[in-house]
Amino acid sequence: MHPKHLAQPDRMVLRCRYHMAPFSVQERKSPAPSRREVELSKVIKESLEPALFLELYPRTGVDVFVEVLQADGGTRCASITAAALAIADAGVPMRDLVAACAAGKVDDTVVLDLYDAEDKLGCADVPVAYMPSLNAVTLLQMDGILSPDEFEKAVNMAMDGCKKIYALQKEALKTKYMVVKEVEE
Amino acid sequence: MSSPITKVRLKQIETLLEKGKRLDDRGLLDTREIKIEQGMIEKAEGSARVLLGKTEVLVGVKIETGEPFPDTPNEGVMTVNAELVPLASPNFEPGPPDENSIELARVVDRGIRESHAIDTAKLCIEPGKNVFVVFVDVYVLNHDGNLIDASAIAAIAALLNTKMPNYEVKDGEVKIKQGYTPLPMKSHPITVTIGKINNKLLVDPWLEEESVMDSRITFATNEDGNICAIQKGGSSSFTPQQILEASKIALDKAAELRKKLNW
Repeated sequence: MHPKHLAQPDRMVLRCRYHMAPFSVQERKSPAPSRREVELSKVIKESLEPALFLELYPRTGVDVFVEVLQADGGTRCASITAAALAIADAGVPMRDLVAACAAGKVDDTVVLDLYDAEDKLGCADVPVAYMPSLNAVTLLQMDGILSPDEFEKAVNMAMDGCKKIYALQKEALKTKYMVVKEVEE
Repeated sequence: MSSPITKVRLKQIETLLEKGKRLDDRGLLDTREIKIEQGMIEKAEGSARVLLGKTEVLVGVKIETGEPFPDTPNEGVMTVNAELVPLASPNFEPGPPDENSIELARVVDRGIRESHAIDTAKLCIEPGKNVFVVFVDVYVLNHDGNLIDASAIAAIAALLNTKMPNYEVKDGEVKIKQGYTPLPMKSHPITVTIGKINNKLLVDPWLEEESVMDSRITFATNEDGNICAIQKGGSSSFTPQQILEASKIALDKAAELRKKLNW
C-alpha cells in the first residue's frame, strides 16, 4: 500500500474516496473534496469493512474509488452497492455482499429510495447498508424527524429494498462469469 | 491499530461486560457526570463548556451577517466546524481537519439542523440578500471518549447562551444597534451515543472503551420523543434488533438527561 507508513502490521487497510463530478448536479460542484464527500467517504468505508476479512491480510491496502457521474438522490447507497460488487469482482474474499438502499418520509408516508426532488422536499431520509446473509446493518444514517414507529418501519423497508438489490448484485456477478464461459466454448 | 495493550484491554473490558460492569464502575446504561458552564467567552456571542467525565468541549458561537443560500432566501445560515486541538489527545495532529473532525462537525450540525433547533426564519434581515450567519465552533479541549455527545450538548448549551445583536435597516443598510436579544430557538435536541463491544450495547463509551469498540451509533432526539438524526460509525455492523434496542435506550437516556438539564 502507498504511502507505506499507512499500512497496518495486523490488518488490511481499506481506503475509500467518494467524489462527485462537477457536472453531476444542477449547480456546478467544485471538484475539490467537500466536507460532505469526506464524511461519505468515511461512512462508505465503514459500511464495506465488515464485509472484508481485514485481519487475514496484514500490510495490504485496498483502494475504492467512487465517482458520482450524475446525482439524483441515493448516491451513497448506489456507491456502496457498486463498491461491494467491484471488490467482489476484484477477487477480494468477502463475508457477504453489501447492498444499500434508503427509505424516507414524504408527506407522512414512509417510502423506499427517495430521488432528488423527494429528498429535498421530504421530511426524512434513512440510508441503510445491509448484508442479508449475515443479517448485519453496516451503514445507518438519518436526517429529518421520524417517530420511533416510523423509524422502525423505515429501517425494515430499507432492508427489504437491500434484499432486492442483493439479488440483483448476485445476478450481475453470475452473468459476468457466464459471458466469460460462453466465449471460451 | 490494535496494539498488544489494546488487545489485553479488550479482554479485560469484555470479561467485565459479561458481568454487566465497566472499567470505570459504571453500569452499561449509565452516562458519565455532565457539567455545563455557559458564557465564559465574552468576545463570543455565545459559549458553553461541557465536561462529560474527563472529556471537555468548548463551543463558541459567533454571529455575522452574510448572504443566504439561494434555495432558502428567507432563512439564516448555520455552520458547524469542529477543531480537534493537539493538546486534547496524543492522537490529534495539527493541520487541516481530518475525516474524524469533519464527521464530528457534520453529526453535530445534523442534530441541530434536522431538529430545527434554531428558528432560522427569524434570522432573515432582507430576503435573498442579507441574513444572520451563526458560526458554531466546537473546540475539543480534552478527549476522553464520546466527543459527539459532549460536542452536541455543548453546542446547544452555547446556542441557548447566544445573544443576537439588535439591528435596524436604514436605506438598505444594516445598522447594528445597542443591546441584544436571545437567539431564537425552537427545539433542544439531545444526542446519545451507544457503543457496541462484543455484541453488548453500552451508553456513553469513554476513551478506553472507544479504543476497542466495534462500532457506535448516535441518535439525536427532540422533546417530542422523535428521532431527528442518526449516524452509525466504526468498522463493524449492528443487527436490526440491536439498532431498535439502541434507539430505545437512546430515547430513554435523552429523556432522562432532558429532565436533568431542564431543556
